[in-house]
Amino acid sequence: MSSGANKIIEPGTHFLMGNEACALGAVVAGCKFFAFYPITPANEIAEYMSVLLPKVKGIYIQMEDEISSIASVIGASWAGRKAMTATSGPGFTLMQENIGYAVATETPCVIVDVQRCGPSTGTPPLPMQGDVYQAKYGSHSEYPIIALAPSSVKEMFTLTIESFNLAEKYRTPVILLSDALVGHLMETFEIPDLSQIEIVERKKPDKETSDAKYFLDEDVAPMPVFGCGYKAHVTGSTHDEKGLRNVEDPVYVDKVVRALHRKIEKHKENIVKVETKFLDDAEIALLTYGSVARTAIHVVNQARKTGIKVGIIRLITLWPFPDVQVQSAARKTGRIVVMENNLGQVVNKVSEVAAKYADVKFLPPRIIGSLHEPEYVINFLKEVY
Amino acid sequence: MTRTEIIIGGFGGQGSVLAGVILGRAAAYDGKKVAQSRSYGAEARGGAARSEVVIADEEIDYPLVITADYLVAMSQPAFERYVSKVKASGLVVIEEDLVRPERKLPENLKLVKVPATKIASREFGRPMVANMVMLGALAALTGVVTIDSLIKSIRASVSKGMEEINVAALKKGQEYTSAMVGGVHETS
Repeated sequence: MSSGANKIIEPGTHFLMGNEACALGAVVAGCKFFAFYPITPANEIAEYMSVLLPKVKGIYIQMEDEISSIASVIGASWAGRKAMTATSGPGFTLMQENIGYAVATETPCVIVDVQRCGPSTGTPPLPMQGDVYQAKYGSHSEYPIIALAPSSVKEMFTLTIESFNLAEKYRTPVILLSDALVGHLMETFEIPDLSQIEIVERKKPDKETSDAKYFLDEDVAPMPVFGCGYKAHVTGSTHDEKGLRNVEDPVYVDKVVRALHRKIEKHKENIVKVETKFLDDAEIALLTYGSVARTAIHVVNQARKTGIKVGIIRLITLWPFPDVQVQSAARKTGRIVVMENNLGQVVNKVSEVAAKYADVKFLPPRIIGSLHEPEYVINFLKEVY
Repeated sequence: MTRTEIIIGGFGGQGSVLAGVILGRAAAYDGKKVAQSRSYGAEARGGAARSEVVIADEEIDYPLVITADYLVAMSQPAFERYVSKVKASGLVVIEEDLVRPERKLPENLKLVKVPATKIASREFGRPMVANMVMLGALAALTGVVTIDSLIKSIRASVSKGMEEINVAALKKGQEYTSAMVGGVHETS
């Protein structure tokens, strides 16, 4: 199905809010269904989707809450449409049960979480990176997930497209873990000719056969979307390759849990992305992601001028965790400073995989809910350097 | 690295955020890299609102203001809160009737007073376009963006039917400061 985006999006320089860039990216990726319940700081995604989707024959629907939003997104995906919802921390919490259902049923969909300060209602317009664990462990039991962290308005565009591509390719929900700073930031960025952007479509079965397998393939089974003549059974309960339930035999549990994990683990190399700069001769590496990376990049650029040999590793993919890349940065530098806008989430994972290769330190912002100031980070580096 | 940083602050409802968006979009039309951020309370009106604009020739790494080159203050709290973020040789444009700069300011800091709300009310019967009067003043005093781009940006940013009054208010602010000698308006 053509996205129709070329009729409404001009290539060239744009000056947009991160949330608007996310909506544009979704439409470029071929999103045709968006369900939403209002919440700051994600509202502009919905506002813009409500303008864009009717122009590309898509459906925008405001649901009664976040639970129904994600439920309808899963339904739309099974009806063959690329589908997305957006929310912030409190709504993301409500969506967790159905995110697990989407993982179990191998339903491609995109969930944008524009993180704000919590816990609970917290402070709506201020940024925090408090949902990193929720993205991975928010739903019950054990499951793999893909989560990406945009650092700029440009990445709100490109990584939304990437989220759809990964969701379609691996038949999984993908979380775009933005925050109030990147979501509300307005920046200039270039949109290339849309024909240059890779768009992935889900694999569908060639034809109906009696031994068709539509689930639990580590190389991703074709998706028998409704209305195309396939006979398929879709359930969140433990099932076999045909989707038929078996809730007695632990062998089936074993198969489902392992197959879902292997589907992501096996392709991790193709999924995971990090960005590094100045690591080759660095004696210390700043490890960061999302909005906080903007301070880190600034600090690295400034510190290099004063002779401090500092480099950066920016995690674009948070889940699956880029352990190989983090270990490599740890080996190269011997010292890692993890910067996040929380009291320490990714740092635990970094310590787990890299502590034997490097000294790992954690630097929260001076004030949680605000970006690390450059001077504060530089002073910290001078102290430890 | 050329990097110009501007803070626009006031009460919620005065249009500080919109002024920042219009300024940012104008700089984008001028071919610059721009990052514009905002902060505001939960209220639609009242409370405090702030817009930060960073304009540069190269890619912008840190997107917030570090040390402001210019401050536009439309309320006393905004002035009090942000004047210390302005660099020593910077420029502060204040809404003359809403801000009293009582504290001692650095010697080289340039202070310009613009009765923007009075001008907006007198000329257009609409105090709400005071933000455009302030923006016109800032542009005329600093040349940080071109007036042509600002006008184009206003037309792309404000509600339909409100374009011309905003453009006219911008021009009033520009004229007001152009007539100034040494930061003081001789006839007022």
